[in-house]
Amino acid sequence: MGKTIAEKIFDAHRVNMPFPDTHVLKLDRVFCHEITTPIAITDLMARGMDRVFDPTKIKAVIDHVTPAKDSKTAEQGKILRDWAKRHNIKDFFDVGRNGVCHAIFPEKGFVRPGYTIIMGDSHTCTHGAFGAFAAGVGTTDLEVGILKGVCSFHHPETIKIELNGKLKPGVYAKDVILFIIKELTVNGATNKVIEFTGPVVDKMSMESRMTLCNMAIEAGGTSGICYPDMTTVEYLWDFIKDEFESKEEALEEYSKWVSDEDASYEKVHTYDISELEPMVTFGYKPDQVKPVKEMEGTKIDQVYIGSCTNGRIEDLRIAASVLKDKKISDDVRGIVSPATPEIYSIALKEGIIEIFQDAGFCVTNPTCGACLGMSNGVLAEGEACASTTNRNFNGRMGKGGMVHLMSPATAAKAAIEGEIKNSELYKG
Amino acid sequence: MKTFKGKVLFLDRSDINTDEIIPAKYLTEITKEALKPYLLEDLTLEGFNNEEDIKDKAVVITRENFGCGSSREHAPWALEVNGINVVIAENFARIFRQNMYNCGMFAIELPKEKIDYLFDNYAGKDTEVEIDVDNDKIIVVAEGNSETIDFKVGGFDKTLVKEGGWVGYADKNY
Repeated sequence: MGKTIAEKIFDAHRVNMPFPDTHVLKLDRVFCHEITTPIAITDLMARGMDRVFDPTKIKAVIDHVTPAKDSKTAEQGKILRDWAKRHNIKDFFDVGRNGVCHAIFPEKGFVRPGYTIIMGDSHTCTHGAFGAFAAGVGTTDLEVGILKGVCSFHHPETIKIELNGKLKPGVYAKDVILFIIKELTVNGATNKVIEFTGPVVDKMSMESRMTLCNMAIEAGGTSGICYPDMTTVEYLWDFIKDEFESKEEALEEYSKWVSDEDASYEKVHTYDISELEPMVTFGYKPDQVKPVKEMEGTKIDQVYIGSCTNGRIEDLRIAASVLKDKKISDDVRGIVSPATPEIYSIALKEGIIEIFQDAGFCVTNPTCGACLGMSNGVLAEGEACASTTNRNFNGRMGKGGMVHLMSPATAAKAAIEGEIKNSELYKG
Repeated sequence: MKTFKGKVLFLDRSDINTDEIIPAKYLTEITKEALKPYLLEDLTLEGFNNEEDIKDKAVVITRENFGCGSSREHAPWALEVNGINVVIAENFARIFRQNMYNCGMFAIELPKEKIDYLFDNYAGKDTEVEIDVDNDKIIVVAEGNSETIDFKVGGFDKTLVKEGGWVGYADKNY
């Protein structure tokens, strides 16, 4: 019997199985941010265990609330900052150099095919786009990860999603993943790895694959995962060129991280998505998804373009192509957060920031910001937000607010119209 | 080891998410105790009043996919500091479930029929539950009558409950 990519990664990292179905894995990366890590640090200190297993494998960023908005968030940042310094964690990203964790860590070249990665953040599954096993964990798992470099997981049963056909113009990775979550439901992949394969994924950029994998957790998935290929090698090349003679050699090395043809899957879903239309959520659960055309006319108070799902340069380019030479509705507050300083710089050079500003958007620094209602961009009671983020839970962006998840193109169109609408974008 | 006994809070809804259990605005707290007043503050459930209904409860019984969403361990902690160390549900989101056991708490999964049975027979009554850790039994008491329900728990999960959590276990073994 063949093995899935996740099973191969488990085999290569297993320390032991202390109990049946309990795999303790060696970790290649422990990522940290200032919301869930400081309390782990405080607890480790209280236990007299203020140590780290390997400072080169730990990467940390302040991203959820940055710059600090009050004394408490300032304290969280300070705890993380002091800890990074104390333990010689060199890859620590603070104000001016910081970005949304799941955008900045890949951008800095910290992810490799075949890696095991944990972070105290549920959207850690994003990094599976590189052919890694990457999972969100709580603070206790994070503590043990920091201290010992291990984490426990159940057997990685896998759901394979094969995407055939070709995306229509105006339809993006975000529409695909919203469609998949609708099909799987919010609980459909709980305790499972979701493997994204097929010609549609093969043609996708790394940014689009990250968008797919980012929302695996919204179907309950432990991780999303894509096979590494030449697109992966090209993305990582600046960081790996000293390790390999050529890109082909790197590809050969990374190509071992694919599932065998006779691998055993929990389920296989094959979709031809050639007729897929832009999608949007309508309720408080990420599987409450409809085609945009069925939601047209829904009034919007705020538009948010950013986050670990869709705050990358590809996303800003798409939104800017819709916003160019247009003004957003007087009744809409537009907010865009480039996910990293590098994305911000590229957007500046390409004139994208200017397009957003001319259209009437507020451009913020790189931060998780509005996505979880922790810092800037909180909604008032009864308001609705067209958002490129990943989660539409009740109260997510502020008590009594409604979040409609959608692609950057659909969000940009909603900003112009003041309501959900994209028939002009979508020529299907 | 924590204690696993007391009055039951019935939450008759599926997909209760971590934002409902503890909203993100409270994640700036750096002690568990500070979370106490905010447990289930944003829960959308008809007739539910978090200030009144949580009082004196030690066990939650609910439906499917409890704890979906964020990785925030603040969700189990908010339960813990309110004296709730047991959640019984049809199933749980993976991270939430692991967080519970990592803290030495019980996230017990029962088949749908048994969850339906508990709601049908005990919701609305003054019900108490005790977990018999050694024998994998849930003892349900209401109006002077009692019955026991078997549950299954993995060896690792049980060890974490008995050892008080993952940090201590991992420090000894890895």
